[in-house]
Amino acid sequence: MSVAPNVSNQVAAPSVWSRASVLHWFRTQLFSSPLNTLLTLLTIWLLLATVPAMVDWFVLNSTVTASSAQECRKVTGACWSVIVEKHRLILFGVYPYEEQWRPLLATLLLVGVVLLSGVRRFWNRSLLLFWALALAGAAVLMWGGVFGLAYVENSRWGGLPLTLMLSTFGIAFAFPLGIVLALGRRSKMPAIKTICVVYIELIRGVPLISLLFMSAVMLPLFLPEGLTVDKLLRAQVAIILFAAAYMAETIRGGLQAIPKGQYEGGDSLGLTYWQQTRLIVLPQALKIVIPPLVGLFIALFKDTSLVVVIGIFDLTQAAKAALVDQTWRGFSIEIYVFISAIYFVFCYSMSKYSQSLEKRLATEHQR
Amino acid sequence: MADAIIRMQEVNKWYGKFHVLRNINLEVAPGERIVICGPSGSGKSTLIRCINRLEEHQQGHIVVEGTEITNDIRHVEAIRRDVGMVFQHFNLFPHLTVLQNLTLGPIWVLKTPKAEAEARAMKYLERVRIAEQASKFPGQLSGGQQQRVAIARSLCMDPKVMLFDEPTSALDPEMVKEVLDVMVNLAEDTGMTMLVVTHEMGFARKVADRVIFMDRGEIIEQNTPDAFFDHPQNERTKLFLSQIIH
Repeated sequence: MSVAPNVSNQVAAPSVWSRASVLHWFRTQLFSSPLNTLLTLLTIWLLLATVPAMVDWFVLNSTVTASSAQECRKVTGACWSVIVEKHRLILFGVYPYEEQWRPLLATLLLVGVVLLSGVRRFWNRSLLLFWALALAGAAVLMWGGVFGLAYVENSRWGGLPLTLMLSTFGIAFAFPLGIVLALGRRSKMPAIKTICVVYIELIRGVPLISLLFMSAVMLPLFLPEGLTVDKLLRAQVAIILFAAAYMAETIRGGLQAIPKGQYEGGDSLGLTYWQQTRLIVLPQALKIVIPPLVGLFIALFKDTSLVVVIGIFDLTQAAKAALVDQTWRGFSIEIYVFISAIYFVFCYSMSKYSQSLEKRLATEHQR
Repeated sequence: MADAIIRMQEVNKWYGKFHVLRNINLEVAPGERIVICGPSGSGKSTLIRCINRLEEHQQGHIVVEGTEITNDIRHVEAIRRDVGMVFQHFNLFPHLTVLQNLTLGPIWVLKTPKAEAEARAMKYLERVRIAEQASKFPGQLSGGQQQRVAIARSLCMDPKVMLFDEPTSALDPEMVKEVLDVMVNLAEDTGMTMLVVTHEMGFARKVADRVIFMDRGEIIEQNTPDAFFDHPQNERTKLFLSQIIH
């Protein structure tokens, strides 16, 4: 296809789409060699075999208006009615039905403050205030028990707000912890260095699932009798501890890319270690590792779905709960497509944001 | 010289088994301008880097402004506040603008208010004739401009001593002069104590009070510039001079 070996000496894509130039483009881009011709034909065949069927299923033969599962079974395409029917369960889990405006509002608050944090104009102290307000607001909404809101214990929380909370706090706490661990691993003090190395290697050596199990099953065994830590909190801590180890290694990679001269420049001005780290080293190191770091953020966001193993009702688990309803059996594809789309929207936004951040922060070699 | 601003006594340093500084004795008077030269690997950069503890010496004493350099980080930080350094590769902070590069030290180390630090920074940028570049990033400047910014950055800390570690050797030839001019002005207009590692012999003749020749970690010869260049005493000095003056 476009891997033509003579790409370099051909003209750029024509701005005027004359017939000759189109033919020329096809010949050079798609049929320039036997291998390219074969690949082109193979791709065309693959597209013809799959795309029409997908369009049929997703759009042409699908329905959103079916009022019952019976009606749905008559159509050959997707039955989006199941989403219409089940979206509240998928999005909010078993949170009391009448009160589900509360998690919706809490979700909007959380998403709102995260979006706000992405805007450079708000990168100052007022952002902390916004966060405090948003978190307090979300907590009040979710738990209730004040202002006439009925109390809802957190074992009934679920769905999208839970997934967002686990990942937002996961990132918000794992990131600074990762920075501290990365700095610690490069420390000249042997005790600090050893602790950090042991921590990172231990955590990276076990799967997240086993950490979650440990937090759910083992931890209560070791805690003194009468002292219980909330299951959700334990899962949250496990996620933070897990993600921090990976972030530490990624950030360390950035730290190692900072030339010795930068440290010497800071030293020669008389900056202390912490000033140097905060003002010179970290801003540059973190900028370098934005792509892999955001990759870890995205992984963390999706890994929160593993909390199902200890019975916490996140988005994925809520979707599974929607599947077991006898009357709406057999529409798992629609439901999984739906939650995949939700995951995709969040992950893709993170990815796009990281790209724009990289561009905005680029100061080197932009003569 | 009882009132020496820098005093090095019997300083020795090794990199592993390599004896990089041998019995260095050096006293620098306030306002004195010293040029240090010598072949590559002779220890001249290491010598001045010991003065602000970018390198650690293993034997002997180094006293700067009455404060001895020891492992005590507070002493080291105090000395670094008074000793500015200009590096071969500039070591500007690429993520900060020129102005931010200049105000970082005064604001965080000297606790100067931001407005005052910026006013002073602009004054020094004028002085190195680069004020119009204040809001650019270092990566947008030429090598010569970057080195002038680096000199201004050091001056903003109001140092008593300036160390120059081969300040022109990473520059394209056409930019050497603009940096040397700034250094000559600095020497002539202020009474700055300067230690300059360089092979720019014209500069040495023009501003140095004393030229020091180092080889294999030792100070071999030191003299006034004219005497040093016209009547070198030591064989190694003669050999070195014959090699750099084509």
